[in-house]
Amino acid sequence: MGSLILFLSGGLFLGWSLGANDAANVFGTAVATRMVRFKMAAVVASVAVILGAVYAGSGAAGTLGRLGAITTLPGAFTVTLAAAISVFFMTRSGLPVSTSQAIVGGILGWNIYAGHMVNYTVLSKIFMSWVSSPIIAAVFGFILFYIMRFLIKRLHIHILRRDLYTRIAFIISGAFGAYSLGANNIGNVMGVFVPINPFPPVTFASGWGFSGVQLLFLLGALSISVGIFTYSKRVMETVGSDIFKLSPITAFIVVLSSALVLFLFASEGLHDWLVQRGLPALPLVPISSSQAVVGSVVGIGFARGMQNIRYNLLIKIGLGWIATPLVAGVLCFFLLFFVENLFLLDVR
Amino acid sequence: MSRLFKQTAYLVADIDTFLDNISKAGILFGLALKEYLEDEPDRFHTRLDEIAELESDSDDLRREIRHKLYSKMLIPESRGDVLSVLENIDNVIDTTKKIVFQIDIEQPKICESLKKDFQELVTTSQNALDFTVKAARAFFKDSDIINDFVHKVYFYEHEADKIEELIKRKVFSSNDVTELAERMHIRDFATYVATLSDESQAVCERISVAAIKRSL
Repeated sequence: MGSLILFLSGGLFLGWSLGANDAANVFGTAVATRMVRFKMAAVVASVAVILGAVYAGSGAAGTLGRLGAITTLPGAFTVTLAAAISVFFMTRSGLPVSTSQAIVGGILGWNIYAGHMVNYTVLSKIFMSWVSSPIIAAVFGFILFYIMRFLIKRLHIHILRRDLYTRIAFIISGAFGAYSLGANNIGNVMGVFVPINPFPPVTFASGWGFSGVQLLFLLGALSISVGIFTYSKRVMETVGSDIFKLSPITAFIVVLSSALVLFLFASEGLHDWLVQRGLPALPLVPISSSQAVVGSVVGIGFARGMQNIRYNLLIKIGLGWIATPLVAGVLCFFLLFFVENLFLLDVR
Repeated sequence: MSRLFKQTAYLVADIDTFLDNISKAGILFGLALKEYLEDEPDRFHTRLDEIAELESDSDDLRREIRHKLYSKMLIPESRGDVLSVLENIDNVIDTTKKIVFQIDIEQPKICESLKKDFQELVTTSQNALDFTVKAARAFFKDSDIINDFVHKVYFYEHEADKIEELIKRKVFSSNDVTELAERMHIRDFATYVATLSDESQAVCERISVAAIKRSL
């Protein structure tokens, strides 16, 4: 049991940092503008992340499994640890980083170390998703901006009532965003442990229960919740006041459009529905919520006539696609070498 | 959540009542000065009392709105702007009261040849105030039409300045008023009345800035 917890700790650490950093993308502006209190944001985000991870997390996690099916606990531990360390140090250095990109880098590092062929079809699908997700978020931001502007012009809602509705909208869209974050990003935290899942299914007397994978995701989601409660407040205040100076309504548009993008790349139900009708469906891939947020801010900037667009952020996004997986991959390769030769553990 | 809906509804009603008071004060100001110029002291005093009461009510209301905005954590992002707009508008009703009290204390003698010009100055200042209240209502409900009212306030303020200058020129060149002290008194009276449109313009500038900050 002790060794199991030790091996899962890499993923749990990654989950904690995801909760600390990415929850700010969902509720950051709402908390920083004091539209939603932190306690309320943390509770809503935690519950929604757990629901999303447990009930809709398998789609995006499955894609990571196809990129590299790690078959030993020490191997999975090393991959998640390498990703977590990369995220931690790159964040501290002020570099753009995403857990999705770090874990993919880690898995690629494992593939190379273990001598497995990299599945380039899956890899290209993942890379295309990273490139397309901020663009889709920008399109959503652009469209939602016009819809909101139209509604405000038409409905003549009193400033005070508008603020009240915006608060409610923040909570609902934040819950949706956190649900989508859980569904989309739980694969980063626990995806590599799925092929070697140590948990048996649990069924309660009423017949209701959890599969082994759901229990694994529940554990990962709990670590995300701990990250939200223990560290995200500071990050939320920074994100809300530093990255974008938006009005509450435009901040709501950012939250909603990035939540929609996360949902599109995570929902198996939507994916299957589109495929059944012969419509093009987006691949189920873990994407970066931070980049979705930046994408939607850019979309709003375009809708406002190219205002508030910070082009250096766009360059940083492009840098993140290459630099983060590279750093995590190289680090993973070396860590695997040490774990295998120093601790004599089977990582392949 | 239902408590928040109720608090918001009460506050919306308070703000509406506050703006109604300002609008009413503008009408009473016009009537009071008309009655003063027509030499109706009793009716003038009734108007003066009404304006004083309205001003006091508005002060209480403004304090209550400020208290509610802060204690109930409403519109945290822009409550500073909202309060600043309301406090600036409150200066307008204060000005109407000050002008009317000043007249009551100093009793300036307006000669017949200037009464028409003074009446015009009062009407113009009153129009500036009226459109200021409309701009404030638009700030709360429909910010797209604020400029329609703001530019009218600027227009009336400019007109009031012109009439004020005309009165001053007339009073110093007319033979109807011979004493220098009386001339200076009438000149000051013209300046007092015109401050109402100046205050209205200042409020509109505040409203415009707040509206830009609130825009999407």
